[in-house]
Amino acid sequence: MSEAKPALKPAGRGRNLELSEELKAYKGVWVFIEHERGHAHSVSWELLGEGRKLADQLGSPLCGVVLGGPDENLDEFAKEAHTFGADHVYIMRDTVLNGYRNEPFTKGLTDLVNKYKPEIVLLGATSQGRDLAGSVATTLLTGLTADCTELAIDPNTRALAATRPTFGGSLLCTIMTLAYRPQMATIRPRVMAMPRADAERTGTVSEDALGLIETNIVTKLLDFIADANSNKINLPYADVIVSGGKGLKNPDNFKLVFDLARVLGGEVGATRPCVQAGWVEADRQVGQTGKTVRPKLYIAAGISGAIQHRVGMEASDVIVAINTDPNAPIFDFAHYGIVGNAMQVLPALTQAFQAHIDQRIKRVA
Amino acid sequence: MHIVVCIKQVPDSAQIRVHPVTNTIMRQGVPAIVNPYDLFSLEEALRLKDKFGGKVTVICMGPPQAEEALRKCVSFGADDAVLVTDRAFAGADTLATSYALAAAIRKLNSEQKVDMVFTGKQTIDGDTAQVGPGIAKRMGLQLLTYVSRIVETDLEAGTITVERRGEGGVQILKTALPCLITMLENTNEMRFASLPSMIHAAAYQVRKWNKDDAGIEDISKIGLKGSPTVVSRVFGPTPRSEKAEMVNLEASSLRDISLNLLQSIFTVHPTLEQDLVEKFSA
Repeated sequence: MSEAKPALKPAGRGRNLELSEELKAYKGVWVFIEHERGHAHSVSWELLGEGRKLADQLGSPLCGVVLGGPDENLDEFAKEAHTFGADHVYIMRDTVLNGYRNEPFTKGLTDLVNKYKPEIVLLGATSQGRDLAGSVATTLLTGLTADCTELAIDPNTRALAATRPTFGGSLLCTIMTLAYRPQMATIRPRVMAMPRADAERTGTVSEDALGLIETNIVTKLLDFIADANSNKINLPYADVIVSGGKGLKNPDNFKLVFDLARVLGGEVGATRPCVQAGWVEADRQVGQTGKTVRPKLYIAAGISGAIQHRVGMEASDVIVAINTDPNAPIFDFAHYGIVGNAMQVLPALTQAFQAHIDQRIKRVA
Repeated sequence: MHIVVCIKQVPDSAQIRVHPVTNTIMRQGVPAIVNPYDLFSLEEALRLKDKFGGKVTVICMGPPQAEEALRKCVSFGADDAVLVTDRAFAGADTLATSYALAAAIRKLNSEQKVDMVFTGKQTIDGDTAQVGPGIAKRMGLQLLTYVSRIVETDLEAGTITVERRGEGGVQILKTALPCLITMLENTNEMRFASLPSMIHAAAYQVRKWNKDDAGIEDISKIGLKGSPTVVSRVFGPTPRSEKAEMVNLEASSLRDISLNLLQSIFTVHPTLEQDLVEKFSA
C-alpha cells in the first residue's frame, strides 16, 4: 500500500460530497471472512493484512466478520483472523447460514453494518464475495468499488482511495466514496500479499443473532458438488506458472508450455486471446478478466505483455519473458528477458531444469 | 412467460488503445459491441422461450447509438427491445444504474408480468458484476449469480433449479420465480441470426424511453447525483524502474542460456529450488 496522491477536488455538479455528522461516526475497518466446506478462503487473510495497514493509518480497529452454520468452525476462523491482524471478530451463527446463500448472508452482513457502523468493508472478489458485496451495497445504498488492485487512505478526506483497472485493464482509476458510509470494496485473491500469521496474537469476539428462519428464505441450497481435485486448476495459488500467448503460433505448441510446467511442478497459464481462440481452458486465463496470480516464478512464452495480462501477473516474484520482439512491452516489467523463439527456448529450459533437479535429488539421496 | 434480458453496449476492449501522452481512451474506430457476457444470458433466455413459449424483452440503458446493440439482440430472436436513454443518466455508477434499470423493468412488468430477469455476469468495460445483484435487491427478486446450468424450470409451481458456480464447487439451488439470473460464460453458444431475422431486426422499431417513460420521479437517484462513488483520478500504469536483464541468444548456446537463467532464478529465490527438490523427491 502506498500513500495516495491527494485527489483533485472532484467535480460535484450539484452532488453532495460532504460526509454528514451522523456518517462521520462510522469507525473501523471490516473484512468479510469467507469460508466454504470448512476452509477459510486465503483472500480473507490477504485482506486482513491490507486492512491492518488501513486501520492503523486511520487509528481505527480492524474487525473480521464471519457468518456460518452452528456446526461450522467459526471460532477457529475467528482465532485465525486474530493471528492475521484482526482486533475483533463479529460472529453470526445460524443454521440458515450453513452454506452460502445470497438472502440470509445479505441480511446478516447488512444488519451488522447498520448496528456497528464500520467506515470500510472489504470482501474478496470471489463468486461469493461479489454476489454478496453487490447485494449489501445496494441494500445500504452506498458505494462499492470492484476488483481493486490498490487501497490507500486519501490524506485530505480520510476516505478510502480504491484503485482498479478499467477498460479491460488499459487504464487505472482511483475511486472514492465521499458522502456515504461504509465504503465498500472487493479485491481479488492474490492481489494483496499474504500477511505473516502471529500465533501469539489474540483478540476479542462477539456474537449476534440473524433473526431469520428457514421457512422465510425462498432459495434453498439442495446440494454442493465439490470440484474433483484432479481437474482443479489452481492458478492463483500456484508457486510456478508457465504461460503461453499467441506467439506460440498454434495450440499444439502449448504442449511445450505444459512440459516445462510439469518439470517445475507448476501450473499452465495463458493470455486472453489464447483462451478466446479455444487453445486452453478459460480457467487458465491470467489477467484482468482472468485470474490474478503471484507465483514465485512466472515464465511468459510468446506473450507481448498487454496491460490486461500484466495486471494479473506483475506481482510475481521472478518474471522470465521469452519473445521474438525485443520491443515487446513484457520486457519492461519482466526480470529476465530472452529475445528468441519460444518453441526453441522452452524445450531447452525444460531440459535444463529437469537435469538440474534430478542432479539435486541424487545429491540429497 | 415474459423474460427481460439486460444488455449493455460496450467498446470492444480488445481493441482499445490508450493515448500515450494524455492517458485517455482512444475510442475512435473502436467498434461497439453487445457485451459478450450478456449474450450467454440472452441465449439462455431464448432457450427458455423455445421451450415454454412467451416473450423475451431486451433492455439497455445507454446513449442513443446503443439502439444498434438492441437491434442485434432482436436479430438473435428477442421479441421486444427498449432503450432507456436520457441525459439525466450520465455519470451513473452501478448503484444509480441499478436504480434506473429496476424502474424500467417495473414498467415492463406493468405491461406484462415479468417472470425472470437476466443480466450478464459482468461487462467487459466496467467489469464490476454489481448491476445484476443491484437490480435484484431493488426489485426484491431472488438472485442467482454465476449460473452454469438451468436444471429445471417448473412454471406451474413457479420454481427454478440451477447449478451455480461457487468457490471450490457447484451449488444446486432451487428458488421461486420471479428471479434474476446471471449466466457464467461459455455455458451455451449464441445461435446464428437468420437472414429474415436480420432483415426484421434492421426495420425493428426499438422503443426509446426517457426517465419519465421509465417511471423515474426522483432524479437524485439517477446519473451522477445518484452515484455514491467518485472517480478522483484516471492514469496509465507506471513502468517498472528497471528493465529486464536481457539474455542474448546469439552470443551463446540455448543450453548455456538455460543454465545461467536457472542459476539466476535460484539465486534470487533460494527457497524455490528447495521446494522443487522436495516436491520431486517425495
